Amino acid sequence: MTAVLQIIFDALSLGSLYALGALGIALIFGVMRLVNFAHGDFIAFCVFAMLWPSVDAAAIVFAGQLPFYLLIPLLLLIGAALSMASELIVFRRFRNANPATMMIASFALGFVIRHLLLMLYSSRPKSITLWPSLGLPVEFLGAHIPMLQVVTIVITLAVLAVLVLFLKRTRYGLEMRAAAENFTMARMLGVRANAVILLAFAISGMLAAAIGLILATNSGTADIGMGANVMLIAFIATVIGGLGSVPGAVAAGFLIGAASVVFQATLPHDARVFRDAFVYGAVIVVLLVRPQGLFAPRSARQRV
Amino acid sequence: MTMSQRRSIIRQTITTPIILMLALLAIAALTYQFGSRPLNRTAVEMFINIMVVVGLYVFVGNSGLLSFGHISFMCLGAYMTAWLTIPPVMKSITLKGLPAWLLHTQLPMWAATPISGAFAALFALIVGRVIMRLSGIAASIATFGLLGVVNNVYSNWDSVTGGQGSIVGIPPTMTIWTGWLGAAFAIVIAYLYSISRSGLALRATRDEAVAASASGIDMVRERLIAFVVSAFIIGLAGAAYAHFLSIVNPGAFYLRTTFIALSMLVVGGMYSLSGAVTGVVVLSVLIELFRNLEKGVSLGGLSIALPNGVQEIAIGIITIAILMYLPTGLTRNREFSVGGWLLQRRFARPAQTALKELN
Repeated sequence: MTAVLQIIFDALSLGSLYALGALGIALIFGVMRLVNFAHGDFIAFCVFAMLWPSVDAAAIVFAGQLPFYLLIPLLLLIGAALSMASELIVFRRFRNANPATMMIASFALGFVIRHLLLMLYSSRPKSITLWPSLGLPVEFLGAHIPMLQVVTIVITLAVLAVLVLFLKRTRYGLEMRAAAENFTMARMLGVRANAVILLAFAISGMLAAAIGLILATNSGTADIGMGANVMLIAFIATVIGGLGSVPGAVAAGFLIGAASVVFQATLPHDARVFRDAFVYGAVIVVLLVRPQGLFAPRSARQRV
Repeated sequence: MTMSQRRSIIRQTITTPIILMLALLAIAALTYQFGSRPLNRTAVEMFINIMVVVGLYVFVGNSGLLSFGHISFMCLGAYMTAWLTIPPVMKSITLKGLPAWLLHTQLPMWAATPISGAFAALFALIVGRVIMRLSGIAASIATFGLLGVVNNVYSNWDSVTGGQGSIVGIPPTMTIWTGWLGAAFAIVIAYLYSISRSGLALRATRDEAVAASASGIDMVRERLIAFVVSAFIIGLAGAAYAHFLSIVNPGAFYLRTTFIALSMLVVGGMYSLSGAVTGVVVLSVLIELFRNLEKGVSLGGLSIALPNGVQEIAIGIITIAILMYLPTGLTRNREFSVGGWLLQRRFARPAQTALKELN
C-alpha cells in the first residue's frame, strides 16, 4: 500500500512538472501556432538568474539568497520579461511565416540563450541550495513523501486553478481562448492580436520560471541542459493532448509523467534503462490510435 | 508518364544537380590545393552534412512534413559501419554482445558503407509503414518518438553499442574526395527521386493533398518511398561520419544534430535541393569564419580575438536574421539552373498551400 502511494506521488509530481511545461508550450501554440523550442532554455535561464555570472566551479549565489517571498516574484518577473522580450524582438517578425520557419527560429533563439549562459557560467553544473527543508519527508498514510513533491503538486494545482479562472472569467482569458480557437476570426471581432500573444508569452515565461524553481530545489544543481528534457516531454504532451487544447496538454503531461513512473516501477530490472524507449514507443502508439490527439478541440479537425 | 514527358522534365531540370556537384567539386579542389589541414577536415564535415541535409530534403522537401527522426538513421548507419569495420580483436573486448558472425567480420569501408545505408533503409521501411499512416504534425511527433527510442536503445545497450561511451577503432578512411563523392551521390539520388513518378506524386500531395488523393495518388505509399530513400542517404552519411571521426557515440546523433540539420535545410530553403546544399555551405562557411575569429586575426600588427562562445551565439542570431528577412530560405525554395528562373517556376514552385497541413 505504501509503495503504491509512493508511486502515485512520484507520478503526480513528475506529471505536474510536465503539465506546467506543456501548459507553457500549449498557450503559445494556441495563439500563434508556434512550437517554442526555446522554452527549455527559458527554464535554464531562470535558474541561472539566481546565480552571479562566473565561470568558477563554486557558484556565487545572488538572487537565490533572497527570502522566498521576494525570490519567487522576482524569478516569475524574470521569466515573463525574457519571454516577452523574445516575442517583441524575434517572434513578432514571424507572424506570417510558415510553422517550420518559426520553429527553427525558436530553436535558434534557444541556441543563443544556451550559449550565452555557457559563456557567462561555463558548462560545469553548479550546486545551488534552495530551501533544504523541502527535501525532508513527511509522513502520509504510512508512506514517506518528500515535502517537495507535495509542494510541487499543490503549486501545480493552484497554478491550474488560477489559469482556469483567468481563462474562463476574465476578458483577457476570453480573448485568449477565442484567439486559440480561431485566430483570424478573433481578430476580425476585435481581439487585439499582439496584446493577446504578448500576454501568452508572459504567462508562459512565468511557468518556465516556476519549473526552474522546482527543478533547482529538487536537484540542488543548476545545469545548462536542465530544461531541455522537460521541454521535450512537454512538447510531446502538447501534441498528444490535442494541439490547441490547453486542458488536453495538461492532462497529457500528467499522463506521460505517470507512464514514466509506472514503467520505472514495473519494468524488469534489466529493461529499466530502456524506460524512455518505452515511453516514446507508447507515444507513437497513442498517436496511431488517436492521430488528432487525445483531447482534440473541434476546431483542430481539418476541413476540406 | 510517357517517355517524352520524362525526357522533357530531365531537360528542364538536369542542370540543377550538375551545377551543385560542380560547385562542390570546385570547393573540394580549392580546399585540397590551398587549404590547411583543419580546413580540409571542415570541408569533409561539410560534405557529410550535405549528405545528411540532402537526405532530409528528400523526405521533408517533397512531402512537406517535418521530420525530427532522421538523425536516428545516421545513428544506425554509423554503428553498423562500426560493427562491420572494427578489427575483430577489438570488438571481442568492447562489444561482447554482438552475434558471432558479426563479431568475426571485418569489411573495408567501400563494402560496409552501402550495407549501413541499406540497414537504415530497411529499418525505415519497417517503422515507416506505421508512422507514415499519420498525417501532419502527428507524423512529425512520431518521428520525434523514433529519435527518442533509437537514442535510448543505443545509449543503454552496453554489450552491443558500448553504451554512452564512444566506440573507437573505426578506420579513418574519409578524405575530401570521398566526402565529395558522397555528397554528389546524395545529390544524384535526391534528384532522381524528385523527378521520379513517386517524387512528382508526393509533391502533388504536399501542395494539394485532397486533389492529389482524388487523382488516385496513394499518399501513404509515396511518403513511405521517400522516407526509405532519405533513410538510405542519411544511413550512408552516418557511415561516412563514423569513418571521418573514427569514433562514434550516441550523443552525436540526438537533438543538437537534428536541429542543426533542420536549421541548415530551412535556412537554405526546405522545398528545394539547391536550398538544402546552399544552407549547409553557407552555415558551414559562417561557422568556420567565426571559429577563426575566435582564434584571433591580426589586423596591422594588432591581434583581435573574439571571446569563446561568440561563434554559436553569432550563428544563432544570423540564422534568426536570415529567416526573418527570407522566411522561405536563401534560395526562396527555387532551384539553380542554367535555363534561368523562368523555366524553374513551372517545375518546383513553392506552394503556400503545403503549409495548411502543418497548421
